[in-house]
Amino acid sequence: MTPLQTYFPLAIAFIVAGALAALLVGAAALLGPRRPSAVKAAPFECGSDPIGSARERFGVKFYMVALLFIVFDVEAVFVYPWAVLLRDLGWSGYIAMAFFAFTLVIGLAYVWKKGALEMETD
Amino acid sequence: MPVNYSPPPKSTPKVIVAVTLAAAAGIPFLFLGLVLLLTPVLKPATIDGLLSNAGIDPSWRTPAYVAALFVLALLMMNYGAIFSGVITWWERRVAGRIQSRIGPNRAGFGGFFIFIADAVKMLLKEDLVPADADALLFRAAPYFVVTGFALTFVVLPFGHSLVVTDLNVGVFYVTSVTALVVVGILISGWASNSKWALFGGVRAAAQVISYEIPAGVSIFVPIAMAGTLSMQGIIRAQGGLPWEWFVFRNPAALIAFFVLFTSQLAEANRTPFDLPEAESELVAGYLSEYSGFRFALFFLVEWGNIWVLSAIVTTLFLGGWQIPFVSAEYIDGLRGAGVLPSLAWWGWNAVSMAVFTAKTIALCNLVIWLRWTLPRVRVDQMMGLCWKYLVPAAFACFVFTLFWELAVSVAPRIELVSGVGFTVIAVVLAVLFARRVHQNIQAVQGEKIDLSNW
Amino acid sequence: MERLILRRVGKPEDEMLINFGPQHPSTHGVLNFLVETDGEVMKRAVPEIGYLHRALEKIGEAVSYPGFMPYTDRIDYVAAMFANEGYAIAVEKLLKLEVPPRAQWLRAISCELCRIASHLVAVGAMASDIGASTPLVHALRERETLNDLIEALCGARLTYNYHRIGGVAYDMPTGWRDRVLKYLDHFDTYIQEFDRLISFNAIYVKRLANVAVISKAAAIDYGLVGPNLRGSGMDWDVRRDAPYGAYPSFNFEVPVGRGFQGTIGDAYDRYFVRMLEMAQSSRITRQALETMPEGETMAKVPRKIKPEAGEALSRVESARGEMAYYVISDGTDKAYRVRARTGSFTAMSIIEDISPGLMVADLIALIASFDVVAPEIDR
Repeated sequence: MTPLQTYFPLAIAFIVAGALAALLVGAAALLGPRRPSAVKAAPFECGSDPIGSARERFGVKFYMVALLFIVFDVEAVFVYPWAVLLRDLGWSGYIAMAFFAFTLVIGLAYVWKKGALEMETD
Repeated sequence: MPVNYSPPPKSTPKVIVAVTLAAAAGIPFLFLGLVLLLTPVLKPATIDGLLSNAGIDPSWRTPAYVAALFVLALLMMNYGAIFSGVITWWERRVAGRIQSRIGPNRAGFGGFFIFIADAVKMLLKEDLVPADADALLFRAAPYFVVTGFALTFVVLPFGHSLVVTDLNVGVFYVTSVTALVVVGILISGWASNSKWALFGGVRAAAQVISYEIPAGVSIFVPIAMAGTLSMQGIIRAQGGLPWEWFVFRNPAALIAFFVLFTSQLAEANRTPFDLPEAESELVAGYLSEYSGFRFALFFLVEWGNIWVLSAIVTTLFLGGWQIPFVSAEYIDGLRGAGVLPSLAWWGWNAVSMAVFTAKTIALCNLVIWLRWTLPRVRVDQMMGLCWKYLVPAAFACFVFTLFWELAVSVAPRIELVSGVGFTVIAVVLAVLFARRVHQNIQAVQGEKIDLSNW
Repeated sequence: MERLILRRVGKPEDEMLINFGPQHPSTHGVLNFLVETDGEVMKRAVPEIGYLHRALEKIGEAVSYPGFMPYTDRIDYVAAMFANEGYAIAVEKLLKLEVPPRAQWLRAISCELCRIASHLVAVGAMASDIGASTPLVHALRERETLNDLIEALCGARLTYNYHRIGGVAYDMPTGWRDRVLKYLDHFDTYIQEFDRLISFNAIYVKRLANVAVISKAAAIDYGLVGPNLRGSGMDWDVRRDAPYGAYPSFNFEVPVGRGFQGTIGDAYDRYFVRMLEMAQSSRITRQALETMPEGETMAKVPRKIKPEAGEALSRVESARGEMAYYVISDGTDKAYRVRARTGSFTAMSIIEDISPGLMVADLIALIASFDVVAPEIDR
């Protein structure tokens, strides 16, 4: 099996999934009623008129999480090939990866200490 | 003592019962059977053989291959959609039992066709796009969600040889395509221009990307134990009996199993982590502005993801399709030399598929049961659980597994000791749990579970 | 139309202002909170009331004294018995009527059953608001049986209209006593099951313990009553400390918040006090059924009720705390003024001051822990 053959089904599945979803949404558009009104088009805010826009500044905590994610997930990606080859690498691989994991944990401990994981502190 | 309400009809017409049972048994059989028939064919050599047997020119090979793939992809997509529909029905029935009520019981025997009724209803609903919404993104979001869900089915190993394509990076592929779902949810929250939807979208993003880390790290444990990223390879490294599964073979894997299961619950937005659409807080979260079939697509994915997450956990930790006392190599040997595999090979493949499906459905049940039992955690508790407990635990498991694998290469017997030991402990715990549940049921006076309304 | 509340709250510079209600699953009726929030953490939540205002007190001036009784049901439709009882006692005070003992006992029984039914909604809805949907359905299942019992007594399941000026409308039906006793046997074990189901669930405790703590002093200052007051550690119950009706004849304890899982006065204390109160209500009902005196269920009431000019105040311990009726008569057959003092209304006043720093999810826990019922706020 060539790489192209292995990955070809993904392309097909991608097309089929998209096409099927589009087909159903299209069918719903054809079958369903269409009676637009200003009230229906207003965003839901528990029955009151919305105050201001929803596109405002939002809590910075969530960006912190995104940053942390990038740090940890990208570094975790490096571990995948190593985990596959664990047995072939032996002790040297073990020590290297233990050190790598240790540095990651230090990073986590630092972030924890700094309070980036606390939602409630302002 | 209770007041006499007019009781629902006790007996369903026999025709309806027959149709429902036929559909309930037939739909999975039809899909699984077609998948079973099609997957082995999808080898260039097999297609060549079939074409030459039928006397067709070999230049048709590529179109035939593509056509077969299209059919298979369509089957997988429908399999996902219908299974998620069946799970919605099952969830409502189970919820009904848990909550001392009946649940859906009108469309078909036991309400089995409720998911079809739902889909038809959703098709006939008006599809609204809010005035101030970002129309393009609002319309695009469901497609992200659906493709992210459907693409996982390509590598899920349904049985011994039943996988559309066994990628050598299978596990990694699954973690990456499921991330598409988050993109869809985040887009839907942002594009709706509704504050509740924005809340839901942002919560979903924070939650899913956070839990991606413990999930990703705990996956290292089975990968390190199997030495491959391929889904089939991981299953083949396990065995059919509980002590041959990865969960029990390594103490760290047991913890990693729980870490992964919890993280997957969070990634699928299931209780206790259903914060993104927490209906008592955010009304409907990121779904607030969706209606009609776009809404249905989100729901399809949400329930389909229960199946996907159960299948992933089954693959990585619970031995996948491995049949007790029958080795994968034995089934390999049965294939025979012909263009098509031998009948015994089909048979064992069907059995392996049944094993995989049974394990997955058992886990689905667990997910459903958790939903109707547990309250919801708060957003800071959700983040705290992830970063302060699961991430360190996952790292600890991973470092322990390094050590364990090196120890296993010196003394292979410790895996068996751990496997049998944990299996015994698990069985004892299950028995104690069942006894306690029984005692608790007995403790309440005058209450009997009434099953007559099924 | 400009909303007056916006003039008071103003539009904040940096924070998002969200309408939390009136069409929101967790507002227990139609209520609105203007929530000013920075991400998940609230700056404050300002309650806006009046969505369910039906001028009930004004109606009380327009209809005859007995004619107002059905309206009192609508003041608190989750626990209508207490609203009946409070109004009946106030008018009886105006008329200087003596209520026969059997009627007093029946009032106590019906009220305690109603208290259980109301608290079942409170604890069930609380669990539902925290995200567990099963306890609510179980609680409503129990409430259904209680409603069956109350229906057998007075013919209605929600708006009872059972208490009358001078007594109660009907005597117990035959066999009702045994049915209630049998049900209470079941109910006592059911409370334990409910505790196993949700009260000691780790997630549930974490969501409620140490959340929205109200000190004893603050609870008194803001006029909190009933389980909300007792949850803050204040040992006060009208049934024991300013007794009325048949209550002096019964033995019962008044559960007080002790910081069951955290701080005294947190949301969990308010929740758990209700759980304990249900057991006490069951105990009171048993005693009342066992010591039920014989006799009439109605005092001799003139056909046309026309009290002398004057005023009367009645206080009853409703499921939502102390409920007071203040009725002024000018000597005609219609009241000059009827005023109902309800627990939910005062509970709303503390929300704005306690909300800063809470998370959006905690606001739901706070509202649920107060067990507010929208018509009781607006009347």
